Order: sequence, then structure tokens, then C-alpha cells
Amino acid sequence: MALRFEVLGRFNRARAAQLTLPHFACQTPLFMPVGTQGTIKGLTTDQLEEIGCQIILGNTYHLALRPTSELIDELGGLHKFMNWPRALLTDSGGFQMVSLLHLADITEKGVTFQNRIGADIIMALDDVVRTTITGPRIEEAMYRTLRWVDRCIAAHKRPHEQNLFGIVQGGLDPVLRYAIGGLAGGEDKDSFWRVVAQCTAALPEDKPRYVMGVGYPLDIVVCSALGADMYDCVYPTRTARFGTALVPEGVLKLKHNAMVNDTRPIDPTCACMVCKNYTRAYIHCLVTKDAMGSQLLSYHNLYYMLQFPKGDVPEWVCNAMDVAGIDISSCCSS
Amino acid sequence: MKFAVKALSSGKARAGVVHLGSCPSSIETPCLLLSTRKGLPIFISPDLLSSLPSPDSNLLQFSPLHFSEGPSPKTISSIGGLHQMVGLHEYGFAAVARDSIQCLPECGSTNKTGASFETPCGRRLIKPVEYMEMITSMKPNLWATLADEVPAWANNKRNKTSVDRTVKWLDECIARSPAGGAVFGSIVGGSNIEERKRCAQEVAVRNVSGYWIGGFGLGESMEERPSLLNAVTDNLPKDWPRMICGLGLPEEVLQGVAAGVDLFDSAYIYHLTIGGFALTFPLDRTEKIDYNYQLSDQGSDRTKINLRATVYRKDATPIVEDCCCYTCQNHTKAYINHLLNVHEMLAQILLEIHNTHHYLGFFRSIREAIKEGCFEQFQKKFVQSRREHLAADVVSV
Repeated sequence: MALRFEVLGRFNRARAAQLTLPHFACQTPLFMPVGTQGTIKGLTTDQLEEIGCQIILGNTYHLALRPTSELIDELGGLHKFMNWPRALLTDSGGFQMVSLLHLADITEKGVTFQNRIGADIIMALDDVVRTTITGPRIEEAMYRTLRWVDRCIAAHKRPHEQNLFGIVQGGLDPVLRYAIGGLAGGEDKDSFWRVVAQCTAALPEDKPRYVMGVGYPLDIVVCSALGADMYDCVYPTRTARFGTALVPEGVLKLKHNAMVNDTRPIDPTCACMVCKNYTRAYIHCLVTKDAMGSQLLSYHNLYYMLQFPKGDVPEWVCNAMDVAGIDISSCCSS
Repeated sequence: MKFAVKALSSGKARAGVVHLGSCPSSIETPCLLLSTRKGLPIFISPDLLSSLPSPDSNLLQFSPLHFSEGPSPKTISSIGGLHQMVGLHEYGFAAVARDSIQCLPECGSTNKTGASFETPCGRRLIKPVEYMEMITSMKPNLWATLADEVPAWANNKRNKTSVDRTVKWLDECIARSPAGGAVFGSIVGGSNIEERKRCAQEVAVRNVSGYWIGGFGLGESMEERPSLLNAVTDNLPKDWPRMICGLGLPEEVLQGVAAGVDLFDSAYIYHLTIGGFALTFPLDRTEKIDYNYQLSDQGSDRTKINLRATVYRKDATPIVEDCCCYTCQNHTKAYINHLLNVHEMLAQILLEIHNTHHYLGFFRSIREAIKEGCFEQFQKKFVQSRREHLAADVVSV
């Protein structure tokens, strides 16, 4: 077994835990930025460490294409290749595949690529189907996913260094570790949370639960309350490249003309380098025109995502919840 | 601003020291002004700037035209000036209208009211009044007056007009000069020795703190440049600093140093970086010339390497073996090759860091050579060794 998962604190269904992986001991709930091609767009590994990133996600399909999994293996694995000392997770490569036949071929290949890349957590290939679909397709996806997980387990060559996560699709039968897939695809929120709640209720307590592709800060809070531990999403970095910053109130569109002469920081409560040094007016003149704009916004957005799930609840929220009769004192910093 | 010449070599090359209010340490000259876009490097984020050698890397250059689409001078003033706006309080900023990368003088559209530039926001005409409004709000440590720069092939009449205009605008700028901030008088004259001399003499009698030499890097040849440079510097007082724009390549910088220039901007680092090139020329002045060098890889001319070349796909070594820049300390050629192939911005960030670090090292060796009194030999040897490598490569192919 290449991981240890220890729950350190609870609040009803929510858990705060330590997830010890070969390369890093992580605190959950945690958010994983997506570094598709072996880099988070525009940020160095130093900066990522500084803002508290614990695990980065890499896309197996992209890396298998360029620079190829063999090359990464030859150069000592993805950690060494990109010089990232903390943890990595790679997906199965299935999401980017199109043809079903091709998917069947790459089941074991996907695991082999992932073994070569050398991430701490690797994903089993799943048959992705939307939760909004009804009929026999769901059951088909569930059984196929289970068959593929068995094949992945058989093909996994490095069980002592890498952890294989199975993906729950359409059904609830437990496997090695658990990821909840097929969501984050535009289904309505009321269905979305119910599936997450159902999965977390049925999956074993002592293993981490990863909701793939989630997402918006509010979604992460809800899923954490329901008992999920890990998340990934391109949203914070992608929205940064379009000039949008994440703030406690929601989003701030720096491209907007209203920002031209706004001398306030993006978020006065944020302690990141960007909010401590720059005004909205300056960021506005950079975004969508200069690379530096994307960099600074990506930095802020990731800082926001990586810092907030730790439970640094501002005092005003604690006070408000107090009056509302909701006890969140365990989340408030003393 | 304070400036003093500390050493001379081969007559005109000088090593000096410049002290700017905002920088905690003095900066030695000849020195390189780092190119910025809106006050920040093009790719290196502000928190990574500190990984570059200090105080060498503390002088930055920008163009007020970068802000022609905002924030407004009023907003910049209310923020407190450029240093405050970009969060670089301990850096020195030099403001020059021309930025050899993206704000290029467009002499065809320049007229008696203002200077025209091609910018990413289109063609802009800037008048001395507007220019000074921007300078006043931004509060750079030093700034050049507005100039009318013409390319080397401009006819005599146009060239003469550019000198008259530049001197006139210099007076208009000085009249609106803000308190604080050192004014550098602009000198033009194209590729005409007499006009260069005339302009220098006119500016030399004005009340300025330094001189900005414009109109170079606009089509003049390597051969004609030294005499044009000397026509300017021979007519300037020795005690004030000289800044120049448009001399980017190492050999061009050396020409500028030989003529007595102290401050240089350079677009070289930018062009190398976006091309995927990394500087590798030796900085160790005691290195013997290796005549047995074989051109074993593509895209290498012993001065720089092309990291897109497939030969670097599996190269797990840093760009330069004993380079202590962030890039060489943390990453390999293979990784940068991959980043370039997949069009990731991190490639340019890492390359700009290394190339800046390396070029700052080149300026350091220039200063050392001047202080040791052997600048002329240094220049000859440098130029010669680059030519010899090229010659050797031609023979071996």
C-alpha cells in the first residue's frame, strides 16, 4: 500500500484528514490544480509550493503524446522531469479518447503509461457516462468500469509506489480507493449533490474520496460537507486567462471597463502577493493583452483555491453563523 | 540621482557608479536596463525577479506609451507612481518613449506637434505636453526627453529637422520637468556625423542630469556606428551618464562601451526568449579558444542554443553547467524543450530568467575588463572568438 489516510477531525459527515503519499503528506480536503502538460500554466514549481499546492494533476493522454511516457520514464519520472517535489496524480487518459473500441485497447496501456510517468496516484480507466442519462447505458457503464478496474489492477506494476484509484460510475460497488466520476459535466446542481451524497454514504470511511472535475468554490464546500476529500478543476487557471478573478463574493471580471481606474486590490482580505501589491486598475491594463496578466491572476486564483478549503474562516463568518445558531467554531481560527 | 566615473580604459570606456533614490545599493556601470512591459518584465513575475543578481538587475526600463490605454495619469498619481503601481519599491525605473520591442519610432507620421510610434495599440502620436503629464504621474527615477528619431537612410533635410525638433522638445520637456527624477537630454542626428555633433553640442549646454542617445539600431551598419557614436560622446561632458537605446547584441554593446556609453537597454534578451534560444557564450574571460570544437548539434553557434532542437529532448543537464540562475538550478534542457513543444508559457519565463542572468554576467565581465584597464583587448578577443567559431563551423560542415 502506498498511502495512509488518517481522519484527524470531523464535523458530521465532513472530515479533515492526513493523506500520506510517497512524495508528500497532504492535508485534506484539498484542491489539485491541473497541470495538463507537466506544468501549471505560467507558474513555477517554487511558486506552487509557496501558495500551498500539495498535489498537481497531470493528463496522461497529453503527456503520452508529448514528450511520451517512455521519455519521462527514461528521465526518472514526472516528478524529476518537472522538478516537483510534492505529490502528483495522473488520470487514465480515457477522458480525451473518443472511440469506444480504442478505449478498450488502452485500458492496460493507460496503466502502463501511468506507471512510467510515476505519479503518486493513478486513475483506473472508466467508462464515462453522464449521470443525467437514463436507461441501460448506465448499467453497461457500471459493469464495464468494474471489469476495466480489475484489468487495471492486474496491469498495475508498481503498487508499492503508486496508488490506483477506482472510479465510481453509475454504481456504488467499492474498489481499492474511490473517485467519483461522471459529474461536473453540466448536470443540474440538485442532481449533482445527491449523487455525491449517495456515493460518500456508501463508500468506506477510511479511504479518500475524490470528486473529479469539481470545481467551483461553493461546490467544493458542499461536497466537503457531504464527506468528499479531494478535488481538481481547470476552472481557476482557465478563468484567470480570461481575466476573471475568484473572490469571496464570487468572481471579479478584471476586463470590465469599471476596473480601469479602480485602485483597490482584487480582494482586500486575500494575503497573496498579487492582492498585496497590485490594484485592479493595473491588472486590468494587463489582462488579455500581456502574459503577465494571466500569470498574476492564475497565481491569485490558485492561492484562493488552495487556501480556502483549509478552513481559514474569516471572523465575520464565524460571528454570523453564531447568530444563525450554526456551530462552526471548530473551523474558526482562534 | 548621483553618478561618478571610477575608472577608464582605452581612453573612452568608463566604469562608473550610479545611485538612484529608490535603490538601496549603487549600481555599477556600464549596466543593462531590463526591458519591461508596463513596468514588469515580459515573462518573469515580480516574485521571481529577486532571484536575479542584485543590484545589477535593479534597473528597469519602460515606455510611458505602454499605458496609453490606461490606467490614466490621474489614477497612476493617486496610486503613487509607477514604483507603487507595480510593487517594485526598491528598483530604479528609466522612462524612454522608445522601447525597442514594441514602441518603435514611426518617423513618417511624426510631425512638428509630436512623435509617432507604432505600438500594440496602433500608431500613437505623443506630444511633449502629454508625455510630460505621463512622466509626472509615473515618477520614474530618470527619464529621456521626447525625441524625433529617424532611420539611417533618412535624407539630410529630414535628419536636420529631427535634430531641431528634438532640441525644441527637450526645452519643452524640461520646462515641465517634475521635481525629483533625473532628466536625460535626448540626442539624435541619424547617420550624419555633423548633425550628431551639432545635436550633442546643443544638448550639452542644457540643464540636464544625463544624456539619452537615440536614433541607433535603426539601420546604421556596424562599420559606420563607432564614428557616429564618437561624434556624440566626444561632445558631451564626461561627468554625466550616457544612456543609449537600440544597441542590443553583445558586439553592439561593446561598441557603445568603447565610445563611452554607460547605460544600455537591449531587445536581445526578448528576441532570444521568444525564439526559444538560451545564451551559452562563455563568460569566463580566461577561457582559451578551442579550435577543436566540433559542431555536434543543430542550432548551436557556441553563443546560444536553440532549445526547440530535437537533440535536447532527453538532455537532463541544465542550459549552462555552472550557471546559478533559477532556471539552471532547477530545470533541464529536456524539460524546457518539452515546454516549447507544447507551447507552455513557463518556457519563456524560464528562458527570460536565464538569458537575463547570463547577459548581466556579460556586463559584469565588461566592467571587470575596464577596471583592469584591458577593455580594448576584451572587446577584440570577444568579437574575434565569435567570428572564429563561425569560421570553424563553416569549414566543418
